[in-house]
Amino acid sequence: MANSGTPLVELRDISIAFGGIKAVDHVSIDLYAGEVVGLLGHNGAGKSTLIKCLSGAYKADSGQILINGKEVEIKNPRDARAQNIETIYQTLALADNLDAASNLFLGRELVSPLGFVDDSAMEAETRKILKRLNPNFRKFNVPVSALSGGQRQSVAIARAVYFNAKILIMDEPTAALGPQETNMVSELIQELKAQGLGIFLIEHDIHNVMKLCDRASVMKNGQLVGTVNVDEVTDEDILGMIILGKKPAKAA
Amino acid sequence: MTTTPTAPQHAPQVNDAHLNPLARFIRATELDTRMLGMVGALLMIWLGFHLYGVLVNGNGVFLTPRNLWNLSVQTAVTGIMATGMVLVIITRNIDLSVGSIVGFTGMVMGILQVNILPQYLGLGHPMIWVITAITGLIVGALIGAFHGWLIAYRAIPSFIVTLGGLLVWRGAAFLTADGKTISPVDPTFALLGGGPYGAIGSTGSWIVGILGCIAIIWILMRARVARRKHQFALRPMWAEATLAALTCGALIGAVLVVNAYPWPIGIVKTYAAANGLTADPATIFISHGFAIPVMILAAVAIAMTILMTRTRFGRYVFAIGGNPEAAALAGINTRWMTLKIFSLMGMLSGLAAVVASARLNSATNALGDLEELYVIASAVVGGTSLAGGVGTIYGAIIGTLVIQSLQTGMVLIGYGDGSYRKIVVGIALVLAVYLDILYRKKIK
Ligand SMILES: Nc1ncnc2c1ncn2[C@@H]1O[C@H](COP(=O)(O)OP(=O)(O)O)[C@@H](O)[C@H]1O
Ligand SMILES: [Mg+2]
Repeated sequence: MANSGTPLVELRDISIAFGGIKAVDHVSIDLYAGEVVGLLGHNGAGKSTLIKCLSGAYKADSGQILINGKEVEIKNPRDARAQNIETIYQTLALADNLDAASNLFLGRELVSPLGFVDDSAMEAETRKILKRLNPNFRKFNVPVSALSGGQRQSVAIARAVYFNAKILIMDEPTAALGPQETNMVSELIQELKAQGLGIFLIEHDIHNVMKLCDRASVMKNGQLVGTVNVDEVTDEDILGMIILGKKPAKAA
Repeated sequence: MTTTPTAPQHAPQVNDAHLNPLARFIRATELDTRMLGMVGALLMIWLGFHLYGVLVNGNGVFLTPRNLWNLSVQTAVTGIMATGMVLVIITRNIDLSVGSIVGFTGMVMGILQVNILPQYLGLGHPMIWVITAITGLIVGALIGAFHGWLIAYRAIPSFIVTLGGLLVWRGAAFLTADGKTISPVDPTFALLGGGPYGAIGSTGSWIVGILGCIAIIWILMRARVARRKHQFALRPMWAEATLAALTCGALIGAVLVVNAYPWPIGIVKTYAAANGLTADPATIFISHGFAIPVMILAAVAIAMTILMTRTRFGRYVFAIGGNPEAAALAGINTRWMTLKIFSLMGMLSGLAAVVASARLNSATNALGDLEELYVIASAVVGGTSLAGGVGTIYGAIIGTLVIQSLQTGMVLIGYGDGSYRKIVVGIALVLAVYLDILYRKKIK
């Protein structure tokens, strides 16, 4: 994978602190179109916080965000969506009392010419996209609280995929899934990558990282340990980075 | 990506042959069983009071046109506010200040229409009631917006802000006129409170009833067309017909009831004299028809239902209640929403003050006293969950009817003393919420 030209996303020198805790401490990473960059590190390393600065959930204390080489200001989730950034949060961020369609279109409802929400059109669209992602999904007219973990994950993924994202952030998308469903997500990631999306993937399973990611960035205690090309290192090297917080000698 | 790749649990084509007729009826019509339960409870209360009257006092006075008409008027003030309280509670807040806002806006409107506007426009000017009512709505909305701002942008809990508001606005209501009662209000304004002249009459009620039925059928047909367009499962035709018959039947029934309640003989005499009618007043039957406050409540209920079910605003109210964090991550400005919700609540309190002071034909600083408790109780009895995320406008109105029926019924069977009414309403509130908890456990 030759990454030349302007990156799709550049996070430069991002820092954010909560009280005294430096959750993200001068981290710079980038992402090219058609590339999957894995974000790794122990719990509490700052992965979710870093990507939340890109998705608009948090505003970084300092640092820059560049999209296609142009600096942008992402003050809230709407700004991120306007940049075609879609996020699957670790917590899924679903309103439990609403059905799948209402969640999928939350904040971007389809409306009739008179401005009223068009529930049947949204349900029809939801049925279409979920048919593709999860052919067994049937529960369209119940609150998502009545869905299984995998079904809820499907809704969260469908929401990110539906709106033609250019930049996709997936925070532990397979955490709640069984092996078969995890495979479906893997296939989806490969398909989206082939379509030219740039994907940040936070993932704990080192085998998935080796299989899906082009590059891997490792964080520890809010700092970036380093970024490696996955095909130039072994899984042992990456695990070493996560545990020791040091880049392997040969890749450095 | 489903954990059980086989066996869809809620496929539309479920075989329902094994269900009893009632269950099959409910499934086919897709009626909300919780709402059916509430309507059932309401009818039981009505029947219970009526039969108690028949058996113990020798005359049933509950199920009479006169009582049902009065009940509808008494429901209006609380019902108007209960629809707004639904939004407040869905978003995990509470508003304890609504009764005091009624008192304060009522006083402001009283002073405006009695002491100020006649000086400039002349006594009885036709614009007085319009300016007064609009001012009441605006003052209420501004107070609510201020509460909402403190809650959303200053992060003070709504319980505290509105508890403070309860005290502040009640005190302010007293100070507006040094505790004096302002009366009578503008005669046109007074019609907004009901009474024989403040009702739309027999013909008007028939027009409302027929237009209502046309609207019901149009809504059912439109829903069917939308389902067909997207190839969703359709309700069986008999279920659609039953739904239409039930709802239109209830509406026409209401028209018959309010039209069966005649003007009292005294009013008829005055009216006959004023209009040069020569017939014996005792033989003239003039129907009340729907009271204007009831029409106001109906308009509010329809508008609020559309707001909650058909607009983005309503969708966001539910989303914030279900998961505030998710709502914010979906780009919803949750603070601005909260401010708007409290402002709407304040405006509805102002509207309730219009009806309440018009009905009383005076403005007093005690107007709406303790009303917040009945408003909250009505919303909660009507199925609004204090945990947030769940509630309906029609539920709140049925809840208001339940609570009003209990109060009226106690008076009619001879327990008019306020203490009995409080005890019954208190028990009903706790019982309703307990039944709701049991119901929700069962459907899970
Ligand atoms: N909203 C917050 N308030 C306070 N501390 C936070 C907040 N979000 C994250 N943190 C802290 O920031 C650090 C990084 O957390 P997080 O980004 O969730 O880690 P990861 O996703 O890598 O497991 C942790 O110490 C966490 O406690
Ligand atoms: Mg995380």
